[in-house]
Amino acid sequence: MEKRLIKVTINGKLRELFVKSNDLLLNVLRNDLNLMGTKYGCGIGECGACTVLLDGQTVLACLILAVTVDGQEITTIEGMGDPVQLHPLQESFIEHGAVQCGFCTPGMLLAGEALLKENPNPSEEEIREYLRGNLCRCTGYAAIVKAIKSEAKSQSADPGTLSE
Amino acid sequence: METTVVGKGLPKFDAYTKAKGNIAYADDFSLPGMLYAKVLRSKYPAAKIISINTARAELLPGVHTVMTSKDVPHNNLRAKFGQSTDIGPNFEGLYRVLAEEKVRFLGEAIALVAADSEKIAEEALTLIDVIYEQLPGVFDPIEALKPDAYLVGDNDTNLVSQFKIRQGDVATAFESADVIVENTYRVPFKDHAFLEPEAGVAWVDENGIITIRVCTQVIEHFRTVAEVLGIPHNHVRVIGTWVGGGFGGKEDISVESFLALLAWKTKQPVKLTYTREESFLAHSKRHPFVMKYKTGATKDGMLVALEAELIADAGAYTYLSPWVLLYATVNAAGPYNIPHVKVDTVAVLTNNPFSSAYRGFGAVQPNFAYESQMDELARILDLDPLTIRLKNCLRQGDTLTTGADFGGSVAVQEVAEKAWQALGPKRADPGKHIKLGRGLAVGMMSYGRLTFLHDTSRSYIKLELDGSVLMRSGIPDLGAGQAQALVQIAAEELGVPLEKIKIFTSDTSLTPLAGTSTATRQLYMSGNATLKAAREVKERLIDKASVMLNADKTDLKFVNEKILRISEPDKYLALSAVIGQCSTDGDELYSEAQFNAPFTEVPVSDVITGQTFADFTFGAYAVEVAVDEETGAVNVERAVTCYDVGKAINPLNVEGQLEGGGVDSIGYALTENFEVEQGYLKSHSLAEYLLPTALDVPDIETILVESGAGIGPYGAKGIGEPACNAMAPAIINAIRDAVGVRITSLPATSEKVLFAMLSQN
Ligand code: FES
Ligand code: FES
Repeated sequence: MEKRLIKVTINGKLRELFVKSNDLLLNVLRNDLNLMGTKYGCGIGECGACTVLLDGQTVLACLILAVTVDGQEITTIEGMGDPVQLHPLQESFIEHGAVQCGFCTPGMLLAGEALLKENPNPSEEEIREYLRGNLCRCTGYAAIVKAIKSEAKSQSADPGTLSE
Repeated sequence: METTVVGKGLPKFDAYTKAKGNIAYADDFSLPGMLYAKVLRSKYPAAKIISINTARAELLPGVHTVMTSKDVPHNNLRAKFGQSTDIGPNFEGLYRVLAEEKVRFLGEAIALVAADSEKIAEEALTLIDVIYEQLPGVFDPIEALKPDAYLVGDNDTNLVSQFKIRQGDVATAFESADVIVENTYRVPFKDHAFLEPEAGVAWVDENGIITIRVCTQVIEHFRTVAEVLGIPHNHVRVIGTWVGGGFGGKEDISVESFLALLAWKTKQPVKLTYTREESFLAHSKRHPFVMKYKTGATKDGMLVALEAELIADAGAYTYLSPWVLLYATVNAAGPYNIPHVKVDTVAVLTNNPFSSAYRGFGAVQPNFAYESQMDELARILDLDPLTIRLKNCLRQGDTLTTGADFGGSVAVQEVAEKAWQALGPKRADPGKHIKLGRGLAVGMMSYGRLTFLHDTSRSYIKLELDGSVLMRSGIPDLGAGQAQALVQIAAEELGVPLEKIKIFTSDTSLTPLAGTSTATRQLYMSGNATLKAAREVKERLIDKASVMLNADKTDLKFVNEKILRISEPDKYLALSAVIGQCSTDGDELYSEAQFNAPFTEVPVSDVITGQTFADFTFGAYAVEVAVDEETGAVNVERAVTCYDVGKAINPLNVEGQLEGGGVDSIGYALTENFEVEQGYLKSHSLAEYLLPTALDVPDIETILVESGAGIGPYGAKGIGEPACNAMAPAIINAIRDAVGVRITSLPATSEKVLFAMLSQN
């Protein structure tokens, strides 16, 4: 099959990629770019393990054709925080025990980040609603919800982010 | 005993790497020149294989090999689960690598392909010609027990195992009962649905060793792989990865033998990763049970007799069915004092998916039944749910129905009271169609393996010259903080900060075997082994320091990388100085210690008596549900759990186990039904098989009781599996409280609840 050139900003870096028209974003991230933090849990949009951010919105990389993200911006778990420093939401997940096996964690973190951008002070109900597409079989969700809630609180306590 | 690191809810070290997305799970790893494997699986639940023709598949460009049962040196073995003692044929079933002659369940593996790409391997599967002759099969365990039933396996019966408990005389006792409650309960197949499907990579290393990097709860399957190939055990090495969830579903062997066969044949690295659909087909399920219960009590609520008949669907192969059934037998009467008990259990082969380990391992199914019975008795006798349990629950000094003593603490009363009271005063029903109800349930389950398995664990600790610590343990970490607990124990004993300790885990050739991450045994077994190793090393350091400081050994203490005199704390030595002296003097700066569980003999009779487990964990759930009278939909509004965990080595991780176990059982109670019809699966995906989402569950409130009376390190008890107990019956009892219907089969879907309400009116 013929390959097409696409230009995508991935974790802040502009990349030029040759992809087939039926290549899934999940496979391009994992196999071509070696970004293994994005997980395969079902391949058909039912578990959320492959969640990434597309122009800041959560999408499921197993349902998106790579050709369709031409010109857009993608954030994967590898782009959260910087290589040495953890993102505050990652810190919060770790502290609250929100990471057990860790397989849902990349997707959960990116979903959490997108939520807090959209709604800096979500209620517990809003957090649960937002995460409904991201399954976790280990934690029972309590620690994940608390981690997001606590990070929301500390962000809104910071006057710098209030002025947005 | 005062502790400084043990008992702290510290984040586990692996959480950092996991939060960065940097852990290389089984599928995240590749090697140059790697081939991709696929498995051809049976299209029918019961059929004769007339012929398999692989010629067309082999000719497909890019295909390296196609293997069937005739290419497997030892295709039929007895299934092992890491046990290193001979427990006889009654407790081990057939493990067949690839189907031969006959297929026993839908999705049974028939042939393997290794090719240059997954696509080619997939195409090759379509070119393998299998001619089947369909057979009638049998899909109901009760049918399968009939004398003329279709035979699933090669034996002349479908019966896998049967056990009995006999205590007192139930027939006479029921005559003296004022009330008798009789019900039949049913529970369905349940899938583990760990988020990470099975995966692994195998290769032959430069010394000819077959090396398999795989997500598993049991690295000891290396022995089975060696026996399949007919090579010495030390020619197979299993490297266990960090596991993306197991829950019992990664306890049986999965991709290991397939990968080993393909790598051995092609001499190239091979990867095999299941799709979600294949994962559903390929691994075990929690056993469905039909449970007939008859419980009798006096009018003041004292239990007099219990009679139970349990039938478990083992599915197509034995796997862990005898063990699961034995757990169900021993747990069938629950944590109650009942003078007369009669329990009969059987596990039966059918052409359904095979059943094996699932977190809760035979304890959760009867828990649903006996706790539903207690609730009905309480209603008839007009007692509240707490009172009837307190009147009858086991207490310190009581014995199990097998006659065995409980070793540690039996805190049923305390956990039940605490959970129930934490719900607080009742709220008014919120709206016209919404009715609130409350339910309570208690539960018991062992931690540590069946004592006749003669379980052992080993752990290694070594001090480096700079005072840092290196640990090695074969422990597979499933995400529950298994490795972190060992590090915390070493830090506690040696007075070394956590950051200075590194642990290497889960490698059959390089780490001491710690046994399986199953049976809620790792904290208990490997925790004790680690404690022993740490104390041996510590002993040597104390000997040295007592000479160096000219102090009595009992006057020395390890704090913050120092050994100091308790009587004169300003007299101390840096730990590294003592290590340096030991090293100069040629003293051993390491220890590999082994911990042995109590050993008993393999039961010789169907009637189970005496000790079968080392100790038990007791816990309770109290819940409040809202039932919509118009739709039958049930929502768990509040859930409080209280468990006696002995000692919480890491309270954050213990709470995580309770929250995760509780939510898993909300799924069991309300939504998860792995439906199988005449051997064919009705659930192929996570859209059909409904796990609880964040929106479906409440925040679970956890109360930890620390009796300090467990047999794990520092008095800890195990919590991983016991955490699945009690939630489902508490919910079902709460539904009864809310709308007056008794649901006797799980899950209590809205249709089922609605139908029950309609048929009651
Ligand atoms: S892998 Fe994409 S949603 Fe499951
Ligand atoms: S931590 Fe294991 S699936 Fe969420």
